[in-house]
Amino acid sequence: MSEIKNAIIIFAVFTIIFGIIYPLVITGIAQVAFPSQANGELIKENGMIIGSQLIGQNFSSPQYFQGRPSYVDYNASTSGGTNLGPDSQAEIGNVSANMQQIIQENYLPANATVPSDLVEASSSGLDSDIYASSAMIQIPRIAQARNISQSEVREIVVENEEYQLLGNPIVNVLKLNIALDKLNK
Amino acid sequence: MGILDIIFILILFIIVVALAIPLGKYMSRVFTGQRTFMTPLMQPVERFMYRLIGTDETKEMNWKQYAYALIMLNIIGIIFLFALQLLQGFLPLNPEGLPGVSWDSALNTAISFATNTNWQGYAGETTMSYLTQMTGLAVQNFLSAAIGIAALLVLIRGFTRKNTDKIGNFWVDLTRALLYVLLPIAVILAIVLASQGVVQTFNPYITAHTLEGVNQTIAVGPVASQEAIKMIGSNGGGFFNANSAHPFENPNTITDILEILAILLIPISLVFTFGYLIKNFKQGLAIFSVMTILFGLGLGIALYTESQPNPILEKMGVTGGNLEGKEVRFGVTQSVLWGVATTDVSNGGVNSMHDSVMPLTGLVYMFNMCTGEVIYGGLGVGLIGMLFYVILSMFIAGLMIGRTPEFLGKKLGPPEMILSVIPIVLPHVAILTLAAIAITTPAGLSSLANPSAHGLSEILYAYLSTIGNNGSAFAGLSANTLFYNLTGGLAMLVGRFATIIPAIALAGLLAQKGKVPITSASFPTTGPLFIIIVVAVVILLGALTFFPVFTLGPILDHLFLYGGHIT
Repeated sequence: MSEIKNAIIIFAVFTIIFGIIYPLVITGIAQVAFPSQANGELIKENGMIIGSQLIGQNFSSPQYFQGRPSYVDYNASTSGGTNLGPDSQAEIGNVSANMQQIIQENYLPANATVPSDLVEASSSGLDSDIYASSAMIQIPRIAQARNISQSEVREIVVENEEYQLLGNPIVNVLKLNIALDKLNK
Repeated sequence: MGILDIIFILILFIIVVALAIPLGKYMSRVFTGQRTFMTPLMQPVERFMYRLIGTDETKEMNWKQYAYALIMLNIIGIIFLFALQLLQGFLPLNPEGLPGVSWDSALNTAISFATNTNWQGYAGETTMSYLTQMTGLAVQNFLSAAIGIAALLVLIRGFTRKNTDKIGNFWVDLTRALLYVLLPIAVILAIVLASQGVVQTFNPYITAHTLEGVNQTIAVGPVASQEAIKMIGSNGGGFFNANSAHPFENPNTITDILEILAILLIPISLVFTFGYLIKNFKQGLAIFSVMTILFGLGLGIALYTESQPNPILEKMGVTGGNLEGKEVRFGVTQSVLWGVATTDVSNGGVNSMHDSVMPLTGLVYMFNMCTGEVIYGGLGVGLIGMLFYVILSMFIAGLMIGRTPEFLGKKLGPPEMILSVIPIVLPHVAILTLAAIAITTPAGLSSLANPSAHGLSEILYAYLSTIGNNGSAFAGLSANTLFYNLTGGLAMLVGRFATIIPAIALAGLLAQKGKVPITSASFPTTGPLFIIIVVAVVILLGALTFFPVFTLGPILDHLFLYGGHIT
């Protein structure tokens, strides 16, 4: 019987230490030392939050760079991937439809190859990045839609390339599109 | 996959081991009550805990008392977490006004976190309030990790002690693991993660007005504090549904590397702690070698299979790596390294969706779990499981050389053999039985996301993961149903207690025995022969039990994929 009492006491005290004090202390330190990071790296313009640097957004208009297919349509109140297997009918169908769209929208030849990041859905559904090379193939479309030169658009991509430890350089799609909007102003 | 990727992995591994040896030494001092640099800070709290319940390290328990105290703490934890989820709608720190969780999901989740599994049938950001996450789930992350360590300490004492029925004090082991090991590492990791963009706030979800003029609601929360213990404690339960693929749990390469290190660090350190505690570092090294060979084999195969292009999509004109269910900032190599580490260590956190990996990569992930999570394994329980395999191997070796099997100076008789074989075989039986029920009932089949062979893999993975107390999933399976909540809950209890209780009982048996001197006729347990035998026993047992069903699942799936057969 006394062991049950001990278990209750120990459980209660450790719940206070690890469930209340610990997260509060970490929150205090994080909010003081790294307020921007701890609050989601928000991007504000004219006092309005336009997004988080880390969270992708849905872009469908031809004048914006487009990111990865998202199972949750970039609804960041939720997250997740398609969880489709590599040989499933649904997976092949999704990828095939995404390829058609990329090829049409970017005036590519009908038998063109397409990079996997633009046609295969991310794990979180909120991936903010694509490979820089996948941004490059969107340049002609964006230049035409915005009536600006391709070299201006390319410059934005190059400026925003982030080098990684492994693999090819990546770009943050939201940052690219913010830079594009600034160009037109 | 190139030479750079291999160098990257080797450097990471060297860093982990370089940290694990001193941490292993530190833990061996902590758990024997010696002074460390944390003593001035933690001893007052430690003493306070003992005073509260009138105990101290001199008041030792026999194995039954120890197991009883451990089970009581688990029962109370499960009841509290179950009630907290049901009542969260009426409680504070719930800015999104999330309602109480359904009873079957709450029960499944309570068992899941108390057993160090962290199987998640729910989606965190749309189900759990901040209060439930921090005072419920995260507390169990700490406790379940410390309980695993406590069980290991008991088994080690079984080997080191003789002619006694006392095997330690549960409350002392628990308190030391929490205060001296888990808390300091969690604090450091949480702060570093927060500096990198892992959110840590009690604000409500954010509404952003996107460039294309729509509103985007962005879930946030006290994530960094929970992420840290999730990674170091072999827990794996994500704050968000996408787990460590979510940018707010794992925003960049630095956090990804840190989290991979965190998955492996304490499980590897504990192997060295074992070596220090039995005063035979070489024995720890031999077991570390067994685990590392198994880790390397799985990693090598999975890196190869996953870096092959999907043949069907390649034919359609898709170029580049397999990125379905992966994040661009991690790519294939870091996703696979994580996948192998998380399935070996029974962490269960994911940074990619395992359901979408190539079939043979999925096979490696499943094989890692079907060993019973002994490749480093969960905190404490991983090494316990490996010691069961070692005892079994000593029995086989003993038969071959015609001597009574012994290990670390303890003769191993029939009772010890029974207690070692139950935790290896019972989970296997349970996995296959539950999977067989699931594939023959509408309730089991209606949750599938993928058809055919891949569907079988989803079900098989679910029970390998729950019984292995891993927690990762082929997440297409809709697990938040009455059927999966109840069978999964049962599976997690079986997996956890069929390891821990036999381990404590075995410790009780061993501690009562005398020690036999190690002679030149004893089977040497630190050399290459020992390592090869144990590796072979682990692979053979796993493979023999599961090869038939793996043939119908991932292997058939692989043949479909490469034969161009769309399912």
